[in-house]
Formats: sequence, structure tokens, C-alpha cells
Amino acid sequence: MNSQSNVVPDSFDAQKVVPTVMAETRPLYWSVRRELWENRSIYIAPLAAAGVYLLAWMVAVMRLPHKWRALSGAEMIRRHTIAEPYDFAAGLLMVTAMIVGVFYCLDALHGERRDRSILFWKSLPVSDVTTVLAKASIPLAVLPALTIMITLATQVLVLMMSSMALAASGQSVSAYWEQLSWFQMWAMLVYHLLTVHLLGHAPFYAWFLLVSAWARRAAFLWAVLPLIAIGFIERIVFNTSYFGRMLESQLSGGSEAVPFPGRWPLDPMTHVTPGHFLFSPGLWLGLAVTAAFLFAAVKVRRNREPI
Amino acid sequence: MTVESVRGQAMPVIEARGLRKTFGSTVALDGADLRVDEGRILGLIGPNGAGKSTALNAILGLIPYQGQLRVLGRDPWAERDVLMNDVCFISDVAVLPRWIRVSQAMDYVAGVHPRFDRAKAEGFLARTTIKRASKVRELSKGMVAQLHLALVMAIDARLLVLDEPTLGLDILYRKQFYDSLLNDYFDGRRTVVVTTHQVEELQHVLTDLMFIDRGRIVFGCSMDEIEARYVEVTVNPERVAAARALKPMHERQALGRSIFLFDRVDRQQLEALGDVRTPGISDLFVAVLENAAGHPAAATRANYQGATR
Repeated sequence: MNSQSNVVPDSFDAQKVVPTVMAETRPLYWSVRRELWENRSIYIAPLAAAGVYLLAWMVAVMRLPHKWRALSGAEMIRRHTIAEPYDFAAGLLMVTAMIVGVFYCLDALHGERRDRSILFWKSLPVSDVTTVLAKASIPLAVLPALTIMITLATQVLVLMMSSMALAASGQSVSAYWEQLSWFQMWAMLVYHLLTVHLLGHAPFYAWFLLVSAWARRAAFLWAVLPLIAIGFIERIVFNTSYFGRMLESQLSGGSEAVPFPGRWPLDPMTHVTPGHFLFSPGLWLGLAVTAAFLFAAVKVRRNREPI
Repeated sequence: MTVESVRGQAMPVIEARGLRKTFGSTVALDGADLRVDEGRILGLIGPNGAGKSTALNAILGLIPYQGQLRVLGRDPWAERDVLMNDVCFISDVAVLPRWIRVSQAMDYVAGVHPRFDRAKAEGFLARTTIKRASKVRELSKGMVAQLHLALVMAIDARLLVLDEPTLGLDILYRKQFYDSLLNDYFDGRRTVVVTTHQVEELQHVLTDLMFIDRGRIVFGCSMDEIEARYVEVTVNPERVAAARALKPMHERQALGRSIFLFDRVDRQQLEALGDVRTPGISDLFVAVLENAAGHPAAATRANYQGATR
């Protein structure tokens, strides 16, 4: 291939050296930014949910001084009552992120074929692996990170509003702060987000991405119906429901992460069993399935043409 | 090092041998052979369904194929992403995502493409009325083509592939498109492959011509060679017999006169028969395809001529 370097002038080679150094992560970074340009709901939806919640809390906070004065009973129950608005905010944002994530994944590799823009993306030196990883990072990294940040901001605002309402009615703000165990609340939030929403749900997001790369139309049906069908067939043929229970345990984070989900809010820290969770086969099986689905999505995207 | 490179000849940018592609029972490419050297502007012309787009898609690494194919020395299917550092393509005007802003498209290409010269792209855009803050969906079809061309021309690529780049554009935009391509992009070192149905507009742009029909390359020739070899003669009725004696490759009627197409016949001899000129690409195309045995167009032509006589 000497002829090649003879034809190409020196400036061409000089240009070649610089870019290859930066090329490793730059395409991934810009591909993730691209996703955020296209799907602004990724951050608008959680922000809107937080905004609506804060507006509602502005009204509800009026009743807080009265409620606070009337609180009685065991400390555990009081703590639970006080923490409720904070837990609710976190729960609302997590559900929002989940809905956004599911719809994002179902459209991620389908929309680019529908509008033929896949031909434009494929005309650039970005590999299918980079593209699929960038898209997978939205539900698996961007949304969890956004959820944590927005939840924190919302909870701080809820705290400020509550403190002001209590102070205005002449009650002790410091007593209120003491009852709220911030560290515990935060540890639980991050733990729940990581174990259930990230690691537990990862195979589902990867499956949705695979379906969106593969399906010609009705990606949502292709994503959901096979799961239901497998459950039904298992029920009819073997009269068992292992598959359904497996999905359920994966969706709820499994018994390994939070052993008694029904009683979770009462004293959460005693139920946190990260060691148990880390060594559970379900977690590692789920991650292996996630990797397999993403790998398949890369292969499928490589073969796909505009619809 | 091959013998050719010792001689200092251009190395092939695209080299295909026995390129085959089937979709189910449909054969899109039936053992196509082609070679494109560096610095050429090749027009790939063929009827609908002849395999043009399939061939280009294989060259661009968008579809798997059978047979041998090397683009800039690489296997496009296995190395599409690396290959795209040196290859650009515009497949038709509709592929820029509709949601993207002009500034975002520039940011993205600048972010992922190591050979993108942003200042150059801005320069091209400054000559148009396209606003940076506009979304692609707000632009007219011609403006989208201008934007795409500005992005592509700012990339220092070695091979540019255009698949019906001017489809649906009005004549002004089409002319502008090819003018910019020739004046601002083509520098003799780059290679361009273009397919289009608007062949006559391309005639002065191309250096080489290839016809593809039913999955095979049926004709390949440089424009210089076409000028030297092929002659079209408009013959008055009294000279028709003399013209036929010279074995034309094709004959058609227009306004009561016969138009003959000759391959490698002495020009002076032909000038005695009537008006002589170099054939247009489309006339040559029709002649080549109809001469191919068993082509459906040949039967149509026979019927048509029978009816007019």
C-alpha cells in the first residue's frame, strides 16, 4: 500500500495523527449529547414532575404545622409520617424516569430507521457499538443520575418550605430536622435506585432496545406480548409460573436487595442487604442477559436499513 | 507492493469482483465487477431496480454481500466505522434527521469526525440563507440538500458517494449542487461516485461512466473514450441505406429523420451522411441496454418501430 502514501500529501498524514488520539471516547460523548438533543423529555419530564410536586406541596405544607403538633405515638411512626413527602417525591421521580426510559428505549433504534436518518448516522465514523452503548447509557446512566440530582433538589426545596411553614407558625424547626434522618433517607434512595432501577431493570431496557432495533412496527407490542405469551404457555403446559415470578422479582429488585419489600418504609436500614444482593445469582444472570441483548441490538442495527 | 503501484498508476479506490447480493429470491447484484481509480468522477447509471443502490450500499458497508469488495483497501462490511473516516455519502436529500438544528448538526459532525473542518462548513453555509438556529424540518428541501452538502464538503474525505443526491430538487438547486461539487470539492485527488436519473445534467461533470443492468456492470468507459469512440449521426431519409451499411449499434427515429449511433466508425466517413455529434448519456444508455440480448426494452423497441413504419 505504498502507492497510497505517495499520492496523499504530507498535510493529510499530519491530520490523521491528532484525531486518532481523541477518537476513543469523543464519538460516545457526542452520541449521548445527540440523544439529549433529540429526546428532551429525558430531562424535561422529571423536571416537570418535580415542578408539579413542588406546587402541590406548596399547598399541602399549610397543613404541616397542624399535623406536626398532633403527631404522637412511637418514634418510628412519627419518623415515617414526616418522611412521607420526601419518599413520595423520590417515588414520583423514579416512576417518571422509568416511563421515560421505557418509551425512550422502544423508540431509540426504531425512530432512526423510520425517518431514514440512520443513513446519515451511518455515514459518519461512529460504530454500531458506540451508538447502541450511547443509547443504552440513557436509561442506565443518564436517567438514574438525573433522578438522584432532581430528587435531591426537590427534597431540599420541600425541606425549606416545611421549615418555613413550621417557623411561621412558631414551632421548633430543629426538632423537625432531628426527626428527619437525612443520611438514612439518602442512603436508601441511592441503594434502591442502584439495585432496583439500575441493575434490576437493566435487562428490560436492553430488551426494549433490542426490540426497537428489530421491529418494523409496533415495537411496544413486540416488547410486551412475547413476555406475556411465555408466561401463558408456561402456565398451560407446565402449570407453573416461574417465568412470571422471575420477571416480577427482577422488576422489584428481588428478595436479595430488600428482603421484606412490603414493610420497607418502617425501618429501611435493617432490611438493606447489599452483600446478599451482590452475590445473588439473579443479579449476575440479569447482567449477563443485559449484555447479550445489547450485543444482539448491535448486530441487528448493523444489518438494518430504513423502514 | 503491486506491479501497478511501481508503475505509479492510481490505486483502485473501489475494487469489486463477482459482487453478489440477493434479497430472498430477488437477485439485486449478479456478479458485478467494477474498479474505480483515484481522482475519477464516476456516474453509475441504470434503470430502476438495476442494483445501483445495492451496489452503493455494499460499497458503504451498509449491507453484507458475497464476492470480493475492497474500498480504500478495506472490507466495508467489517470496517464500516473506520472506513467512514475517509468516505462520505449523501444517499438522498431526506436523511438528515428532522429534529436536529443546523448548529447541532455541525457540533455533532465536528465532534465525531476527525476530518471535519468546521470553518469550511460555516463558509459554505454563509453563502446560503440557512440560519444556524433552524431545525431541519423548517428548511426547504433544497436547503436541506445545501446543508448536507456543506457538511460533507467540509470533510476531507477520499471518496464521496452520492445516491440520487438531487432527487426532488428544482433545476436551480441541482445546477448549484453540481457546480459547488466541482468547484469547491473536487480537486483531482478525491474520487466521486454518483448515481442519478438526471443523467444529462451530469454529462459535463463526469470523467467516467458505468451502466448497470440487472445486477451486472454492462458498460464502463471514460468520457474521453466515449467522445473518441461514439458518434451520433442524424441522417436524411435518402442516406439511411448507406448509414445502415456501416453497421450502427443503434437506430431511432426523430422528426422524420433517422438517428444512428456508431461505435468506432471513422468520423469523416460519418460526416458525409449528415449532422455528427457526440451522443448524450441517455441515448448511449438506451443503445447499450437494448443491444444486450433478451432485454425487455429491445422487444418494446421492435414493437414500437413496427408500429411507426
